[in-house]
Amino acid sequence: MVDIAFGPTPGKRPDPKAPGAAYLAMTRRKRLYGGLILVVFLAMLASGFHAAETRNAGGFLSGLAQLDDFPREVLAEAWTKRANLPALMWAALPSLIETVNIAAVSTLIGVLAASLLSLLATRGLARWPLLTPVIRRLLDAMRAIPEVVIALILIYILGGGPIPAMVAIAIHTTGAMGKLFSEVAENADLKPVEGLASVGATWGQRMWLGILPQVAPNWFSYALLRFEINVRASAILGFVGAGGIGYDLKIAMQWGGGRYDSVVAIFLVLFATIVLIDQLSDRLRHRLVKGAAQ
Amino acid sequence: MTAATHPLAPALLAGFHRRKLQAIALPALVMLYLCYAFFAFDIPSLFAKARLDNAAILASDFWSYKTHVTRDNRTGRVFAAVEGEAKGAYPAGTFPDWVSQTGATTTIDLGTGHVVTYDATGARFAVPGYGTIDIRPDGAGLKLTAPEPLPDWINASGNRVSVTTDAGRFTYTRSKVETFRYFAGWELFFFTLDSPFAGKGWGELAALALWGDRIDPARSNIAGMAHDIWTNGMWHHADVAGAIFETVLMAFLGTFGGAIIALPLAFAAARNMNPLAPARFALRRVFDFTRGVDGLIWTIILSRAFGPGPMTGALAILITDAGAFGKSFSEALENIDEKQLEGIRSTGANALQRARFGVIPQITPVLLSQTLYSLESNTRSATVIGAIVGGGIGLLLTQAIQTQKDWEEVAYYITLIILMVMTMDSLSGWLRRKLIKGA
Repeated sequence: MVDIAFGPTPGKRPDPKAPGAAYLAMTRRKRLYGGLILVVFLAMLASGFHAAETRNAGGFLSGLAQLDDFPREVLAEAWTKRANLPALMWAALPSLIETVNIAAVSTLIGVLAASLLSLLATRGLARWPLLTPVIRRLLDAMRAIPEVVIALILIYILGGGPIPAMVAIAIHTTGAMGKLFSEVAENADLKPVEGLASVGATWGQRMWLGILPQVAPNWFSYALLRFEINVRASAILGFVGAGGIGYDLKIAMQWGGGRYDSVVAIFLVLFATIVLIDQLSDRLRHRLVKGAAQ
Repeated sequence: MTAATHPLAPALLAGFHRRKLQAIALPALVMLYLCYAFFAFDIPSLFAKARLDNAAILASDFWSYKTHVTRDNRTGRVFAAVEGEAKGAYPAGTFPDWVSQTGATTTIDLGTGHVVTYDATGARFAVPGYGTIDIRPDGAGLKLTAPEPLPDWINASGNRVSVTTDAGRFTYTRSKVETFRYFAGWELFFFTLDSPFAGKGWGELAALALWGDRIDPARSNIAGMAHDIWTNGMWHHADVAGAIFETVLMAFLGTFGGAIIALPLAFAAARNMNPLAPARFALRRVFDFTRGVDGLIWTIILSRAFGPGPMTGALAILITDAGAFGKSFSEALENIDEKQLEGIRSTGANALQRARFGVIPQITPVLLSQTLYSLESNTRSATVIGAIVGGGIGLLLTQAIQTQKDWEEVAYYITLIILMVMTMDSLSGWLRRKLIKGA
């Protein structure tokens, strides 16, 4: 038996006289493969960059030389008109509030929809277990559609303004949050749910009282992170025509020289807001994860 | 009795009370905020502004197309064209099989009994269950004869009559008369009418491809089909494929370029790798800056310097991602297990060797998974950035939407974008499993 297992001919067997040889050979082979993959990867990166450069209007090196032309021009003009900046920043405030509102409302709606859909899509918790794959695919599709697609179509139907951006971001948020929420809910302890079921609680009561208290900190932390992302997204969507500060920025930019002071003012308030929201949500999330005591 | 007097009872009850209040206050606050937003976004006036006719056009164009049969009333010439585009025009004198022409009379069968006839005196439209609508030019205007009272799907003014039915639409003006018949699907998706393969069924095409005689002696039928599909003048398959390639390229270059740049910087920003606190602090602020400035603003600044195109988009993603990766990579570095590092150090390894053998193996899975994860989300960003910077499928999509005409192309691009994002999603998931769990 032993002879058969080892085979009649001596194959590649670890040499008892040099115990490290096999290990070193394996390491060498691994390193070779790793090196090869790295080389292929770098070649792909380099050729990809070359392809991108040939398809670009301006080249990399010539562009690099004039990289600071535009910022310098903008900043120089803004500096000569620096007295205007506070007033312009104040004037940008309403559209900034609109941008933040778009992000907040879409996060809220998205999170509410995602809470419901994620519970319906979680094995073991779903109200209609047969529907879970359907809802999962639905969430996948909502996640896959870029916001700009929905926003542009809705702008065509509803006209410009905050609603298209809000709906677009809300749909994407629902998809993205639904997946994360459902992963959290999958790990929730089912005992409270069983307990509630034993006293005749409805599905809604079981979820509200049995699951939500368990998942709330995690969900909330994800939602905050999403809010940060959505503020950026709503600023970008403004640029393609959906209200808010992005739209103001686009108008000011298109004006070109002469209104660079308002470009800088808008940029400053946007930057300050993004950093502020990042910091706040960072703090809050830290507290949620580590607990309020610390 | 005992419960009410228990020393813990007041505190417990107060706690319950507080939680109960919280449970009511939070939803109430959310509702209040949504009410505020309802008016801040001016939703009541939204419905007045909404262009539902646009929505109807869009919805029908998404899944159907129309063929125009037009007669120029001055020259009397009749011609048919898919979507009324030159690229989709039937060669002069030929018509789809539901249109027949004898002398000056053209008969258009719209199906289910709806028949339009163009003749020398004018045009007639027979609608089952209603009657015949007869239109003739009359001096400077048009004379409409139809069963009274006129239903609301007939829209008649002095010099224009239009009829909308389920089978098709019909418009008569002084200069021309047009009939639109709708068909499900996307028109001429594979072959335009100037291709010899147009209008053939799948079986016929397969037969031609496999054993049929060469239509064009210079090339095999399969090569001819591939060429005709690739150069389709209505759908521009070659351009669309190029645009998808550009978008994926932007995401690929931006993500991995950002990760490669961020890796050494993350070492310099990690507390346990770099003892120089001021340098760490400065690097962290750089990360915060590139992240905080946002892809939008980098896109604008870069497109001024590099012009529109995929490289600009890739660089915008790269800069934003370098900041994000720098932050998360340095956090991953600070959380490594020091024991392995100590072991390597005990063998007398220098800093580079310690990093290579003590640190990299530990953080590679984290790094790879973060990088691959953002590859998918960057594919989506690349679509948006492409729309702003002028490259890739994002540009095609915005252009198609702004022309407000070719909604079937919009539907096509949306489908492609969703497929692209889903493919990148599963690709990045597959790579993550392969590279991280397999290792």
